[in-house]
Amino acid sequence: MYAVEMHGITKRFANTTANDSVTFTVKSGEIHSLLGENGAGKTTLMKILYGLQQPDEGEIRINGVTRQIDNPSVAIKLGIAMVHQHFMLIDSLTVAENVVLGYEKRKGWLFDMAGAVQAVEQLSETYGLKVNPRQSVGELPVGTKQRVEILKALYRQADILILDEPTAVLTPLEVVELFRVLRELKQAGKTIIIITHKLNETMDLADRATVLRGGKNVGTVNISETSPAQLAEMMVGRKISFDQAPLSAYPNRTKLLEIRNGILRKHHVPVLNGISLEVNGGEILGIAGVEGNGQTELIEAITGLSSLDEGQVLLAGRDITKQSPVQMIESGIGHIPEDRNKLGLVGEFSIRDNLILGYHNRPSFQRFKLLKVNNIKRHAAQLRKRFAIKSESIDTKVKALSGGNQQKVVIGRVLSQEPIVIIAAQPTRGVDIGAIEYIHQQLIEMRDQGKAVLLISAELEEIRKLSDKIAVIYEGRIVAYGPRDAFDELELGSYMTRGKAINEPRKETNADE
Amino acid sequence: MNRLITLLISLLAAFVVGGLILAVAGYDPFEAYEALIVGAFGSKNAIANTLAKTTPLIFTGLAVAVAFRGGLFNIGAEGQLYMGAMVAALVGVYFTGLPGLLQAALALLAAGVVGAVWAGIAGFMKVKFQAHEVIVTIMLNYIAISLTNYLVNYPFKAEGMVPRTETIPAGMQLSRLLPPNQVTTGIFIAILGCIIMYWMFNRTVYGYEIRAIGHNQDAARTGGISIGKRILLAMCLSGFIAALAGAVEVLGVHKYFVSGFSPGYGYDGIAVAVLARNHPLGVLVSALLFGALRGGSMNLDRQTDVPTDFVIMIQALVIIFVAIPWIIKKVKLMRKRGNSVGSQS
Repeated sequence: MYAVEMHGITKRFANTTANDSVTFTVKSGEIHSLLGENGAGKTTLMKILYGLQQPDEGEIRINGVTRQIDNPSVAIKLGIAMVHQHFMLIDSLTVAENVVLGYEKRKGWLFDMAGAVQAVEQLSETYGLKVNPRQSVGELPVGTKQRVEILKALYRQADILILDEPTAVLTPLEVVELFRVLRELKQAGKTIIIITHKLNETMDLADRATVLRGGKNVGTVNISETSPAQLAEMMVGRKISFDQAPLSAYPNRTKLLEIRNGILRKHHVPVLNGISLEVNGGEILGIAGVEGNGQTELIEAITGLSSLDEGQVLLAGRDITKQSPVQMIESGIGHIPEDRNKLGLVGEFSIRDNLILGYHNRPSFQRFKLLKVNNIKRHAAQLRKRFAIKSESIDTKVKALSGGNQQKVVIGRVLSQEPIVIIAAQPTRGVDIGAIEYIHQQLIEMRDQGKAVLLISAELEEIRKLSDKIAVIYEGRIVAYGPRDAFDELELGSYMTRGKAINEPRKETNADE
Repeated sequence: MNRLITLLISLLAAFVVGGLILAVAGYDPFEAYEALIVGAFGSKNAIANTLAKTTPLIFTGLAVAVAFRGGLFNIGAEGQLYMGAMVAALVGVYFTGLPGLLQAALALLAAGVVGAVWAGIAGFMKVKFQAHEVIVTIMLNYIAISLTNYLVNYPFKAEGMVPRTETIPAGMQLSRLLPPNQVTTGIFIAILGCIIMYWMFNRTVYGYEIRAIGHNQDAARTGGISIGKRILLAMCLSGFIAALAGAVEVLGVHKYFVSGFSPGYGYDGIAVAVLARNHPLGVLVSALLFGALRGGSMNLDRQTDVPTDFVIMIQALVIIFVAIPWIIKKVKLMRKRGNSVGSQS
């Protein structure tokens, strides 16, 4: 029995075909993952199902009956609900008010507040969605807001729940909680569709998955019969390597970057607390750690955005502790920032202008402060080709690019300027699988050329795949350090969350030597 | 291209709504617009008059636009204009003995430098103490206007009833293009200023850095740009240009400094810059539009019973219609930044 059947759905926009005769079916009571890279047409397909957009061709059946879904209120009547990525909640209203909005309970002429609260409490109990119905939504953390959205759908008696990238805005703990709730809803007989590009989540949660690529359905598979590698290949259209990168074979490893007993205080609290580490040329050192344990400050200290209060930063033996950002860049510190939109790119600037940011005072780009426009154009054209930046031209504004292509602009800019040390912070965050693989290859290539790469990532998998050596940062110090094979995932997890080895219950460690 | 079309539609909408309001109030909108257009462009004299009104607006519009590019809101063009005008008049009256052309150049330069310092105070306060430039420039306006008022009423007052300085020597006055109309060679200086700023923003490291700061200060800092220095530079440039507006009015139109000579050119400069979307060459066109409205208003008064306040209303409508799509875009962008983490939409 199918809850949703979409047959031959085609949707064209001005100059693209978002969905090209897509057939998509969801069984009643399953969790179905709709997979695909950004721009593959997942959201468009679901907007059609929810009545936000009309297909040019195709037929939709809900529970076996052909339906014309002209707008969302039709969809809601049919028991379809969509939880958007951008929550449709009113901050100044309470949870209960938000949930019943548009379908309010009344007492005669008046809004029945007590009834609304009761209804929400009941739903919240039935499905284990913990909320306080009287709290105003503006005060809630993101994960709870999402829960309110789900409650809203349940209140409207939805049987088919569509979630658009539900984990994109959540912390890891909130993700765990969300998945628990979704499994519970499945138990209760609800049909759930999640739009995602994350393979792990699909493997973890879904019963079946449908992969879209370039607006077409590439296939539908049972999760029990597939693997992440197969799904990735379906998404990207070619084989994607999940293997660990070969260890560095670079012959003469000299110490290029060293931090000695670094202490950095913010508002009198030490966020770097006597940190010491070293990175050799021809090596990737991966810094693992739960976010907020001093990674940002470590990067700032090395790139000159802040200076250590105590301790030293050495570049090939030279003290660079107190240098300004521009001096750091000129000394050969290449910086791939953790938040590319905030720190790495000027969205309103063209690709061409972004490709020189930070290096725009180099003689090849200016003389007597006059920009060498022809050189800059040539540089941009070369990098666009070399780093496969997909765009209309070098004059395209960077904000119009996808996450992966934006990141290629940042990486291309740094790698083309012959840095000695590369600080790669979250280099693949919010980037498609295809681009992730490409970025990883580039970092390995830099390593093989003898550069020192400091990789800071919240993705443990990424650290384990690329690093020659791994260090774990915890509360502003390095609590574990060694070759990548010295730790298994459990051990790393223990260092990351407790700052200690697994078999080391309450003793202080001194592992940063 | 698309942006230009949106702009033209917005302008048209402003005029249509203005016309409707006139009609509702019982006036003939076609008659009013005809009087405006004839008054602004109907004859050689009308055009000259329009250009005369346009000149100071080019300077102040450009001044505001330059600061805006760096993400700075210079509300102080009016004060900088008064400071520049006073300095130009003083150089004219008291630094005699130089050849006329040289003296005029010196007067412009001195006015510009003082304007740069005046605006630079706001830049310095922002960089050093994080004082918001809007507040500081507004305060500086009061100081500048009162200070020049004092100077022209006491130490440098010419004989007579009117609070004005002595007349500057004829040799240094900017020549009139179509005497007796008030359009002078000053308009060429204004146009040149726009071209130089356009070039600076697109072809120099300074312009590149100021633009980067205006769009994304964090990325600029990460890219090694020294934010403080460039903010100071943008503010000083802005003040220099605004001061030229006052100096050119003194050297060309009035020939002396007189209390309260500016009908708010500095504030109109904000409107000019907004309409031009802070593009240095766009400033030329939008200043012309506002100049034409000012130029045509006299004829409107003479030919019809429509109150001249109508012109101010049109100006306001233009700003509203031009600014609204832009503001909507900005708000949408902010929302998008606010709660999305990398995905399609």
